[in-house]
Amino acid sequence: MMNNSGSVLLITMLLIASLIFTACANKPAEPAAPAAGDNTEEGDIVIGGILPMTGAIATFGQSSKKGVDLLVEQVNAKGGVLGRKVVFKVEDNKSTQADSATAAQKLIQQDKVVAIVGAVASSNSLAAAPIAQEAKIPMVSGSSTNPAVTEVGDYIFRAAFIDPFQGAVMANFATKDLKAVKAAIMTDANSDYSIGLGNVFKDVFTANGGTIVSEVSFVSGDTDFNTILTTVKNAKPDVVFVPSYYDTVGLILNQAKNNVGFPAEVKFLGGDGWDSPALFELAGDAANGHYFSNHYSPDVDSPEVKAFIDAYKAKYNEVPDALAALAYDAANMILTSIEKAGTTDAPALRDAIAAVELNAVTGKIKLNEKRDPVKSAVVIVVEDQKQKYFTTVNP
Amino acid sequence: MRAMDKNRLIVAAGAVALGIILQLLIWNGTLNAYYAQVLTMMSIFVIMATSLNLINGITGQFSLGHAGFAAVGGYFSAIITTRLQLPLPAPMIFTISLLVGGLIAALAGFLIGLPTLRLKGDYLAIATLGFGEIIRVLFLNWKYVGAAAGMWGIPGYTNFIWAYMLAVLTVIFIVHFMNSSHGRACISIREDEIAAETMGINTTKYKVMAFTFGAFFAGVGGAVLGHLIRLLHPATFSMTFSVEILLMVVLGGLGSITGSISAAILLTFVSEALRKFNELRMVIYALMLIGIMLFRPQGLFGRKEFSLDLLTDSRFMFKSSKNRGA
Repeated sequence: MMNNSGSVLLITMLLIASLIFTACANKPAEPAAPAAGDNTEEGDIVIGGILPMTGAIATFGQSSKKGVDLLVEQVNAKGGVLGRKVVFKVEDNKSTQADSATAAQKLIQQDKVVAIVGAVASSNSLAAAPIAQEAKIPMVSGSSTNPAVTEVGDYIFRAAFIDPFQGAVMANFATKDLKAVKAAIMTDANSDYSIGLGNVFKDVFTANGGTIVSEVSFVSGDTDFNTILTTVKNAKPDVVFVPSYYDTVGLILNQAKNNVGFPAEVKFLGGDGWDSPALFELAGDAANGHYFSNHYSPDVDSPEVKAFIDAYKAKYNEVPDALAALAYDAANMILTSIEKAGTTDAPALRDAIAAVELNAVTGKIKLNEKRDPVKSAVVIVVEDQKQKYFTTVNP
Repeated sequence: MRAMDKNRLIVAAGAVALGIILQLLIWNGTLNAYYAQVLTMMSIFVIMATSLNLINGITGQFSLGHAGFAAVGGYFSAIITTRLQLPLPAPMIFTISLLVGGLIAALAGFLIGLPTLRLKGDYLAIATLGFGEIIRVLFLNWKYVGAAAGMWGIPGYTNFIWAYMLAVLTVIFIVHFMNSSHGRACISIREDEIAAETMGINTTKYKVMAFTFGAFFAGVGGAVLGHLIRLLHPATFSMTFSVEILLMVVLGGLGSITGSISAAILLTFVSEALRKFNELRMVIYALMLIGIMLFRPQGLFGRKEFSLDLLTDSRFMFKSSKNRGA
C-alpha cells in the first residue's frame, strides 16, 4: 500500500514536471514573434496596460482602454513617437491583486514594454507597483488616488490627484462658495477612500472655522439610511459630506429628500465616487442641487478638453468619462516624456516623466517630489439630473 | 518494506531535484520572472486545492470557507514579518511566519469546525460560507492590519522554490494522512457516516481533524500568497476565491489528490495561456469548465489516483483510492 502512495507521489511530480515543461516549451516561442494577434514589429514602442477588463470594476477598465487607444491612434497618425510606431498592449487583471502582479510580470518580461499605464484601483496598483519598481519600468496610474501607490518607489507615477486633496477641495468649497459653518459627515466604514476623504474634510473644515455637528457611518451594501439621515437632519447642518460611491449615494440622496425631508437649502457634497449615470437612476430628482468634486468635466472650456471630446465622440460615439480622460493623460505623460527624453531607456524616461509638464485633459499636470500631480479639481453641480460644471478649484 | 522505502526516496529526491532544476533555470534566466510568477501561483493553488480536497473530497464535508482560512494565515504571517522587528535572518522570519499563519488558521478551523461540523451537506456549506465572510469583514475593519485599505509593504519573501517545496510537503502530508488509519476513518465518514459511527469511529473527532489540517495548509497557502503579491486586501479573500479553489477540487475529482494537483496546475496555466484572447479569456475559460463537467461530471480523475503502476503492475493505470485500504 505504501508502495502505491510512493508511486502516486512520483506520478504527481512527473505530472507537474510535464505540465511545466509543456508550458515552458510553448511559451518562449512568443517573444521571437511578438504577441501573435498584435501588429507589433521590430522597432515599435510598446506601452503596457494593466486594466480591469473583466470583474467588479470592468467598466472602469474599458473606459481607460478606450482613452489610451484613442491617444495611440492620434500619435501614430502624426508619425508616432521618435519616428516609431506606438503599440498599446493591455493585460486584464480581472480587478484582482494577484492578477495585477502576474500581468505586470507578463508585460515586462514577455512583451518588453517600456512603460505601463495602470492599474485603475489603488489596491491593484499596489500589487503591480513593486514589480515595475524592481524591473525599473516606469508605471503611471491614471486613477489610483491612494497616496501609498506612488510611495512604492521612484518609478511609480500617477495622473490623478490624491484622496486628501479631494477632501480639502470640498471643505474649502463648502466654506468659501457655500458659506457653510455647520457640516455633517457620513462615511462608509468599509471603504478606505471614504474614511480618508472624511478625515481630511473634517480637518480642513474645522481649520476654516466651521464645526462638524454630526459624524455618522454606514457600511456599503446598506440600503436603509432613514435612521442615520434623521440623526443628521436633527443636527441641522448647512452641508452634508458623503464621500462614497454612486450606488450608495444614490440611495442616500433619494431617502434624504423623499423619506426624511431634508430642506432643499442643505447641500450634499461628495467626491469622484459620485461620477456615474447610475447616480441619477437611483436618486432621481433628489440628486439635483448637490455638488461633488471630480477630475474633469466635459463642460470645461479649454482647448484640450474640446479636442479630446470631439475625437472621442468621433471614435466611440459617446461622451468620455473621467476614467477615459485620466488614462488618456497617463499615457500622454509617458509618450510626451519619451519624445522629450529622446529614448525609451528606463532612467532617462523616468527622469523625463518626473519632470513632465503637460496641459492635459484633466488639467495642468506637474508632479511634486512624491510623483503626485499638483493640479486642479472641478466641482460639478447636479442640475436636472445632469452633471453641470460649476467651478474649478486650484490647489 | 524495502521497496517502499526505496520508492519514497526516489519520489522525494525526484521532487526536490525538479524543484532545484526549475529554480536554477529561473536564476540563470532561462525562465524569466513571469514564468517564475506563474509557477509560484501554480504551487500556491496546489497547496490550496489539495488542502480543500482533504475536507471536501476525502472527508466528504462540503466547505466553502477556504478563503477565510487563507486570509487568517496570510494576515497573521504578515503581522509577523512586518509589524514585529524580529532580529533574525529573513528565511527564519518567513518560516516562523508561515508556521504562525498556519497554526492560527488551524486554530480557527478547529473552533469553527466544532460547532459547524454537526451540520451536513448544504447547511455546512452555508455555515462555512458565512464564516469566510465574517473573517473577511473582520479584517476589513481591523485598523492594525490596514482595514479597508489593505496591508501593503509586505516583504516579497516568497519565491518559486519556497512555494514549490511547501506544495510538495503539503502533498506528502496529505497522501500519508489519507493512507493512515485517521485518513481511512475520514474516508469512511465520506462513504457512510452512520455506518462509520456504528463501526466505532468518532466521526466528530475525525471531521474536526480533517477540517483543522485543511485549515492549516490553507493558512500556509495564504501566507505564501501574501508574501508573493506583497499586499493583502480583504477583497482578495472574497467568496470568489473559495469558489475558485473548490472549482479545482471538483474539476480534478473530489477525493483525488493527483486530480486536485493537476486541476490546480491546469487551470492556472489555462488562465495565463488564454491571455491573448483579452476580454474573451474568462468566457473561454468558463466554457471549458462547462465542457469538462458535461463530459466528466465526476471530475478529471473521479475518485481515483493517477499512478504509473503500469511500470510495476501492468493491469491498471488508475487505481481507486476507495479500495486502497483493502
